[in-house]
Amino acid sequence: MAKVKGAVIINTENCKGCGLCIHACPTDTLGFSKEINSKGFNFSEMIKDECIACMSCALVCPDAVITVYRMKKDKAV
Amino acid sequence: MGITVSLENMEKIYERPKTLKDKVMHYCPGCGHGVTHRLVMELVEELGIQHNTVGVAPVGCSVFAYYYMDIDMQEAAHGRACAVATGIKRMMPDHYVFTYQGDGDLAAIGTNETIHACNRGENITIVFVNNAIYGMTGGQMAPTTLLGQPATTCPLGREQAANGYPIRMSELVAQLPGTIYVERVAVNTPARVRKAKKALIKAFKSQELKKGTSFVEIVSNCPSNWKMTPVESNKWLDENMLPYYPLGLYKDEISGE
Repeated sequence: MAKVKGAVIINTENCKGCGLCIHACPTDTLGFSKEINSKGFNFSEMIKDECIACMSCALVCPDAVITVYRMKKDKAV
Repeated sequence: MGITVSLENMEKIYERPKTLKDKVMHYCPGCGHGVTHRLVMELVEELGIQHNTVGVAPVGCSVFAYYYMDIDMQEAAHGRACAVATGIKRMMPDHYVFTYQGDGDLAAIGTNETIHACNRGENITIVFVNNAIYGMTGGQMAPTTLLGQPATTCPLGREQAANGYPIRMSELVAQLPGTIYVERVAVNTPARVRKAKKALIKAFKSQELKKGTSFVEIVSNCPSNWKMTPVESNKWLDENMLPYYPLGLYKDEISGE
């Protein structure tokens, strides 16, 4: 089976840095940022390009800041 | 900086529901209320019932639920959400009416209203967020606080002799003939969040049958008052809360058996 490729866009300004998405991510794609947002939280961001679009991060995100994208089926390699 | 990924040839498969207002919620980082708010609003969007849903907000951490949910909402006095929802549902029987309550609201001051609303079989959905503590007021012992669990009013842990046993609301209301659907779910892992959403959809849809009350208990975390990080609190929930509050379906009379 071809590997599904995905990506997440995180609204970093509204992220509270709870880390639940990082813990839920099965491929360790997400990690804490080195910078902080205006509220002083180390927000969550993609640190590797290994997203499989499983939506686990978005499901556990209490602030609903994560948008998940998936490669269209006909474009997948 | 994190990496930047091109979104060319990508399709959006998940985004924040439009029924959830574009505001930063006041909840602490990692709080289960945020997930529950999102699930309720997702189902309102999916079922297309934004214009005929009325929510009743409680007193407690979720007192500002009406700031975030883009539907008609009413604030109730402490514990009286079920009574207010009863009035709304009786006046507007074609609307979906739900209450959103925490454990201090529903299981302490509002036990009376809750039990009687369930016993009368009011056609409402009760969303009960159980995090075993009073969150907004600063971590006092709630009726659902576990034995041995520390809180600001029982710093050495809850004792049975002085404070009694934690109350299991789902088991209690499942015995009442007025309820048609009672389920306990949790929101600490992705799989459980999916299950929780299914339970909430079932509970909301059961209002169409006009046969009784639907009750969904959501076991949630409270990182700030449990004094843990969000990830630790979800683990603590797994190890301590779920043995006492087992997840599962307690009553399902929707299919008419």
